[in-house]
Amino acid sequence: MAATPKQPVAFSGLGPLNGPMSGLLTWVDQRFPLMSLWRDHLAEYYAPKNFNFWYYFGSLAMLVLVLQIATGIFLTMHYKPDAAQAFASVEYIMRDVPGGWLIRYLHSTGASAFFIVVYLHMFRGLMYGSYRKPRELIWIFGMLIYLCLMAEAFFGYLLPWGQMSYWGAQVIVNLFDALPVIGPDLSVWIRGDYVVSDATLNRFFAFHVIAIPLVLLGLVAAHIMALHEVGSNNPDGVEIKATKDAQGRPLDGIPFHPYYTVKDTLGAVVFLFAFCVIMFFIPEMGGYFLEYNNFIPADPLKTPPQIAPLWYFTPYYSILRAVTEDFVIWLALGVFAYMLLILFTARGCLVKLAAILAAPVVILLMKGPFAFEAKVWGVVLMGVATLIFFLLPWLDQSPVKSIRYKGPLTKWALGIFVVAFFILGYLGTLTVTEGRTLIAQIFTFVYFAFFLLMPWYTTMEKTQPEPARVTM
Amino acid sequence: MNKLVSMLAVLLFAPLVALAAGDGVKLDRAPINEHDVISLQRGARHFVNYCLNCHGAGYMRYNRLKDIGLTEQQILDNLIFTGVKVGDLMKTAMDPKDAKEWFGTAPPDLTVTARSRASHAGSGADWLYTYLRGFYRDPSRPSGWNNVVYTNVAMPHVLWELQGEQVLKTETAAAPGHPVEVQKLELVRQGTLTPPEYDRLVADLVNYLDYMAEPARADRKLIGIYVLAFLAFMWVLAYLLKKEYWKDVH
Amino acid sequence: MAEQDLDQGKRRFLVAATSVAGGVAAGAVAVPFVASMLPSERALAAGAPVEADISALAPGEMLTVEWRGKPVWIVRRTKEMLDSIKKSDDKVADPVSKKPQQPAYAKNEYRAVKPAYLVVVGICTHLGCAPVDKLKAQPEPFEATWQGGFYCPCHGSLFDLAGRVYKNKPAPDNLEVPPHKFLSETRILIGDDSKGA
Repeated sequence: MAATPKQPVAFSGLGPLNGPMSGLLTWVDQRFPLMSLWRDHLAEYYAPKNFNFWYYFGSLAMLVLVLQIATGIFLTMHYKPDAAQAFASVEYIMRDVPGGWLIRYLHSTGASAFFIVVYLHMFRGLMYGSYRKPRELIWIFGMLIYLCLMAEAFFGYLLPWGQMSYWGAQVIVNLFDALPVIGPDLSVWIRGDYVVSDATLNRFFAFHVIAIPLVLLGLVAAHIMALHEVGSNNPDGVEIKATKDAQGRPLDGIPFHPYYTVKDTLGAVVFLFAFCVIMFFIPEMGGYFLEYNNFIPADPLKTPPQIAPLWYFTPYYSILRAVTEDFVIWLALGVFAYMLLILFTARGCLVKLAAILAAPVVILLMKGPFAFEAKVWGVVLMGVATLIFFLLPWLDQSPVKSIRYKGPLTKWALGIFVVAFFILGYLGTLTVTEGRTLIAQIFTFVYFAFFLLMPWYTTMEKTQPEPARVTM
Repeated sequence: MNKLVSMLAVLLFAPLVALAAGDGVKLDRAPINEHDVISLQRGARHFVNYCLNCHGAGYMRYNRLKDIGLTEQQILDNLIFTGVKVGDLMKTAMDPKDAKEWFGTAPPDLTVTARSRASHAGSGADWLYTYLRGFYRDPSRPSGWNNVVYTNVAMPHVLWELQGEQVLKTETAAAPGHPVEVQKLELVRQGTLTPPEYDRLVADLVNYLDYMAEPARADRKLIGIYVLAFLAFMWVLAYLLKKEYWKDVH
Repeated sequence: MAEQDLDQGKRRFLVAATSVAGGVAAGAVAVPFVASMLPSERALAAGAPVEADISALAPGEMLTVEWRGKPVWIVRRTKEMLDSIKKSDDKVADPVSKKPQQPAYAKNEYRAVKPAYLVVVGICTHLGCAPVDKLKAQPEPFEATWQGGFYCPCHGSLFDLAGRVYKNKPAPDNLEVPPHKFLSETRILIGDDSKGA
């Protein structure tokens, strides 16, 4: 197969560039797919024209990723991953390194901004059914990115070696202790010591600055490649590729460049404005972005009066704390009720078979003679709470994608889920009281009900017909 | 869509308000001003005189005090007694091992204390201001002193000759409905300073501690204003650009 | 789409203006990042001027002090040594110290504030090796008529007792004279030559 030489690169309407610049681009393009990359991903990538506010957060997540990598590289030049020097090296960056305080605040504010942007990006997906066929893989790559981010945040938070860094890592690593049989050995293996120590700090540094970022970048590439393969969803949940003009261009699509590049530029400026207000004037964000106790160097002999993870982990932390011995009974009842629900109302023999086989095993492990202790179930529930998002493409059985055309049940479910997420998040920042634990337990049920009951409420409700074309 | 948003708002805020509960000690607001260079200089002097003997400020360099309007020579002449260089860190003269023997615990480094002591009850400066004015006589303590915001603190009242001696009195105040027990500090013997003078000294010291916790703060806020002004300008440009291109889209 | 309504000029202006503003922003953001790689306050403090006590330095002897991590040599030159410098004028590449390898106050025959005291950074101007002191005038393997000076073992560069480099040697420049001043007859401050105070 003889390749035909590529055509010279020419710009229409940009006179002066058709000189030596064009010659250079042609030279490159004949050796590297420059122009086809440009066309496929920007100039002739057609995106639905009805993107709204919620569609800014994908490109903003990219912006924050670049910011975190750039600031991270420069912090690494001055930071010392050594238990004896780590805390001092952060203060060294804040004081002695020219511009160091700015780079550090960019990184610490960027960490929280990353989660804000990603949570809003995910909420967009929840609203408009962006995980539905044919975008299941985009969603799965996205969820893997989210897991990587959580790992990245967790490893990174140990590095300042303050009290919260230290005890946060101590508590989270001890979760693995709860796992049956291998738990204790596993947590020692993760720490490389009997407590969080210099060895732990050193390996967390390695994970934070190179291992996880490499995986993250690969996943981001996969996320975008999958997106550009199937095309973007939109607030109407309409497939724009279904209606094309004579040239084969989607009638409801517009080229990403220039329309969405200029729009995302505006979004980036507005985002940066808000970002800079926080970073320059309230970088601690009332203790939510930089915890006050973390200005005390790590002391393995003294636990702070209250250990709260950073805000983006607190919903899961609440779920973890909600699981008490008594609560496991309610969980077992929940599993039993869910089994009955499947047996009596679900279609498909396989699902019923799976339910009748799995549910008794789970219930026995909760309250049977060989039951795990509540601590284990707390860890399991916390893990399931993060992983359950992966199942969304299959849990949502609605005939329509977007919340605009779904019925009231889905709207209420999503609304209540968001409230549950916020309340669990808020509770996770507070100390435990009996009342708060009860509230956390109730909302833990609400949290899981949103996912587990989705196949029912999305099919029971009356939906409106999806339009053939997008609405502006 | 709007319905969803308002629904969310109602659902969200009702329980959050119910959950939010205040806790802890009431802190006095520290009457400090980060722009008052004279107060900061006095505070630096107090810090060197009263604190640095036991506590270090091991992340702070003496020559950083140029920020608060001192020259290197002034720093050398007025603030350095230990013969160290002007570019050195403000380390304490005390050996931490001795300190541990004398007080049972090594006095903490004070560089970032004004940040670590912040809480939802108040800023770190508020805490320090209340703390340094909150020592009272307590014969049950080895040092003879206790503190209203830091119960059973190991540190003795270093400034007692200036402030004098306070005791903690429990009074029953008449409140509407039911009587409330109120704990009040009372100065039983005045020191060499009057209470307002002592408060001023503590405020200067706290002002300095607050500055020292983040010397870049003044730069940060100043640069922030320029950055926001620039971003506001870019916001206008980006908005016009977007509007111009999106004319095409119908 | 009404093409005739489009104001291409306005479009181009806005693209250019936003790009320029974005470029300015990117440039400004780069400043702290670039600055962060400059010597920090710690490095500056470690590189602060150092004092050398020369009261015990005998004529013909040399003393090394560390300044900014670099060796600084202080040589107390004898009458004979100073005379030898004149003799090597035709052997050295830059006899009158034209190149700015010394502060103005050391741009003289002996490259020193006080002729008796040579103060130079002991780093070869070729590739940064540390030359060896060969202060005595005696035949050496590398130079039969050696008048005394410094010999760089790495690539054989030679310097006379004023730190001037010999001709046709790898090193291009004379040894650097750091900024310094005499605080008193017996104390030299290296790294600071400011007047007053």
